[in-house]
Amino acid sequence: MPDLLRLNGLTKAYPGVVANDDVSFDIREGEIHALLGENGAGKSTLVKMIYGLVKPDKGTMTLRGAPYAPSEPSAARTSGVAMVFQHFSLFDALDVAENVALGMENPPPRRDLAKQIRDVSETYGLPLDPSRTVGTLSAGERQRVEIIRCLLQDPKLLIMDEPTSVLTPQEVEILFETLRKLKAEGTAILYISHKLEEIRALCDHATILRLGKKVATCTPSETTARAMAEMMIGSSFASPAAKHTTPDEVLLRVDNLAMPAPGAFGTPLRGISFELRSGEVLGFGGVAGNGQDELLLALSGERTTKRGTIWVKGADVSRDGPVDRRAAGFLTAPEERLGHAAAPNMSLTENAVLTAGRRQQLVKKGFINWGRADRFAEDVIKRFDVRTPGTHVAARALSGGNLQKFVIGREVAQNPDILVVNQPTWGVDAAAAAAIRQALLDLASKGAAILVVSQDLDELLEISDRFGALNEGRLSGLKPVADLNMEEIGLMMGGAHDMEVAHVDA
Amino acid sequence: MIRLEKRPQPSKAWTVATPILAVILTMIFGGIMFGLIGTSPVEAIRTIFWDPLFHPQFAGFSRPQLLVKAGPLILIAIGLSIGFRAGIWNIGAEGQYIMGAICGAGAGLALYPMESALILPLMIVAGALGGWAWAMIPALLKVRFGTNEILVSLMLVYVAENILASVSSGLLRNPEGMGFPGSRNLSQWSSSQNLELIPNTGMHLGVLTAFIAVILAYVLLTRHIQGYNIRLTGEAPRAAKFSGVSPARTILFCLGLAGALAGMAGLFEVTGPAGQVSIDFGSGYGFTAIIVAFLGRLHPVGILLAGLLMALTYIGGELAQLMLGVPGASIQLFQGMLLFFLLGVDVLTNYRVRWGTSEVAR
Repeated sequence: MPDLLRLNGLTKAYPGVVANDDVSFDIREGEIHALLGENGAGKSTLVKMIYGLVKPDKGTMTLRGAPYAPSEPSAARTSGVAMVFQHFSLFDALDVAENVALGMENPPPRRDLAKQIRDVSETYGLPLDPSRTVGTLSAGERQRVEIIRCLLQDPKLLIMDEPTSVLTPQEVEILFETLRKLKAEGTAILYISHKLEEIRALCDHATILRLGKKVATCTPSETTARAMAEMMIGSSFASPAAKHTTPDEVLLRVDNLAMPAPGAFGTPLRGISFELRSGEVLGFGGVAGNGQDELLLALSGERTTKRGTIWVKGADVSRDGPVDRRAAGFLTAPEERLGHAAAPNMSLTENAVLTAGRRQQLVKKGFINWGRADRFAEDVIKRFDVRTPGTHVAARALSGGNLQKFVIGREVAQNPDILVVNQPTWGVDAAAAAAIRQALLDLASKGAAILVVSQDLDELLEISDRFGALNEGRLSGLKPVADLNMEEIGLMMGGAHDMEVAHVDA
Repeated sequence: MIRLEKRPQPSKAWTVATPILAVILTMIFGGIMFGLIGTSPVEAIRTIFWDPLFHPQFAGFSRPQLLVKAGPLILIAIGLSIGFRAGIWNIGAEGQYIMGAICGAGAGLALYPMESALILPLMIVAGALGGWAWAMIPALLKVRFGTNEILVSLMLVYVAENILASVSSGLLRNPEGMGFPGSRNLSQWSSSQNLELIPNTGMHLGVLTAFIAVILAYVLLTRHIQGYNIRLTGEAPRAAKFSGVSPARTILFCLGLAGALAGMAGLFEVTGPAGQVSIDFGSGYGFTAIIVAFLGRLHPVGILLAGLLMALTYIGGELAQLMLGVPGASIQLFQGMLLFFLLGVDVLTNYRVRWGTSEVAR
């Protein structure tokens, strides 16, 4: 197959960091090409250059032999390059057709557009009703809107940025069928992901980026996931060692926890009940926006719930705030690092006081012992290999991964009896993620009860003893991880969310 | 091209250097302005910044004025700054200042003409309570109904001004005042007078209280968990909730404290420099203190210096009008320049200026 897009020596530097350094590779017509790399490896910058959002400092691109230098996304779209972003840009209050029209240069009259949407969606096995309000769609269906918006422009190259992060395993299968069908018709796909098994299943070629440089190419189907992971991080790393404890007494009991949605776009919690035992790691999966954040708010004590719904070691803490819950040994770490788990402009020492004030005796009679706080922060930095010039540095100056290590480390270092974490390794490089998981397992080995809420199924399957899924604010039944397969997990997560399965005859 | 680049964290050196740079810039541009209107720039600057303190003839009168004017500004600004740190915007200190003066004066006058050393302390407490209660109105409305404290506290200033006009010609009017509006002179009643503690320094009880407030605020913000919680609430409200800080309690504390301090400032003023409750008692200290709080970067020590600087430009400005005959508007312009430069150069604390070509569109 001839080359569709050639990248030649693309370089892009930002102050203090070279995002892309002399990156060259080719995407052939009709292939699914994976772009693989850790967070911060330069994947996003690279595709932004291809899509005309960022101008390269150096280097050229050719599209089907002709020079290609899009000055803005609309130029890229005109040349036949389309992109589906990881975060959707859709208006909840408008219907599907209106949203699609908003993304087009010259939208056709509504009736024609609705027909086109129907045609495209049937051709590619992406059933979608043009008159549905976007606010009522599931994450997978919203992604379809974005994909159809791209397909209507008949692209030659479709860029997909982490498309499966919001999908259940069933929905992923549907998406893959669509992508394979597109490929069969000659559309090339640049597929960005760090999920290695997916890439092995789907992609023809893979280009691996590390620290802005192209470090390897491979044929995923002939390479093991572990080998690709090592190319990605540039070294081998230890998989977390399993813990050897049997779950013991119940430390946390949640009994029929219900909570109205915190705002117009939140998810209400509906009758969540579970028990968490000493020495156990419980994993909650689920597509984002199915009540994870709300559950964390209820467990941390930021929102209190009805009496008798949350019990710690036999005591009802439902009406207690975060301070009292921490005093009882019940610690939490929310998903959002900056602004929620940590205050951006405050130093790491100050951020250590944020949750550890009482438990680590950093505060006495109302006065903060800054020396102690500094030593505690220092301790967290050392134990969790947080890369920072010192404890005086503002939280916002740390990279996402390093700050994540700090905010998780801050809770782990307090030796909680119960620890609830949301997305503990989100945006963290593979080695650091492994270290964080190991720390959680070690904590469980010492008798703590751990609840991990995550959208990374691989992570949950690796470290949890039992698994449950959140779906629309409800919790599925909990099952031992050892007995589970992907099919079951997908159904627990809500299956295909009533999305029709693709009927592709390719 | 000049380009601003965000620093990873605020520069400590520039935090200290920017106010000095701003004063220098003000002197340069203010000097040019005075030159243009035909006054010697050097003389004008000297009259404003130097003469109030060191002029052989006038300093004796103007030097004490410095503390008299700076005292209430600092005391009010300290209270405001603590709320501002938490993102609670109390704009109504002027009203709290007036209500403090009225309540404190009222408590004292109720006992007139009794003689007791306990009357002034009682009046101080009553003044603080008056300011506190006035600030509790926006605080409770915000906690209970989510109203905007900026609007409520500001509107209550005008209510307070009307109450002031009413009581000074009614309830608190001096019965021996031959029908003129205004209360008895509290600075002439030995039980209530708030005199200079050290002669010819302007140092009265209110100034002392302001200095103590600076120290306590500094300790509160740097050492105490309550101050930490306040800063955390301002920096990252969600992180504060996660930490366990109650937003309602923070609102009540911050507004209450600001109100109490403003009320005390009003009481010290009415028993000392002003002497009586009168229609024109409200002198704008409550509003100027907002500027002082920001000039001082919401930092207690900064506020102390900003309060003194602000008082100096007021006194120096008056002196310049008197001695050099410069128009009042030019003094206001000069003060405006000072504010402009102080706030403008603040950008250097958080940004780095880069010269050279900027990068292409992102």
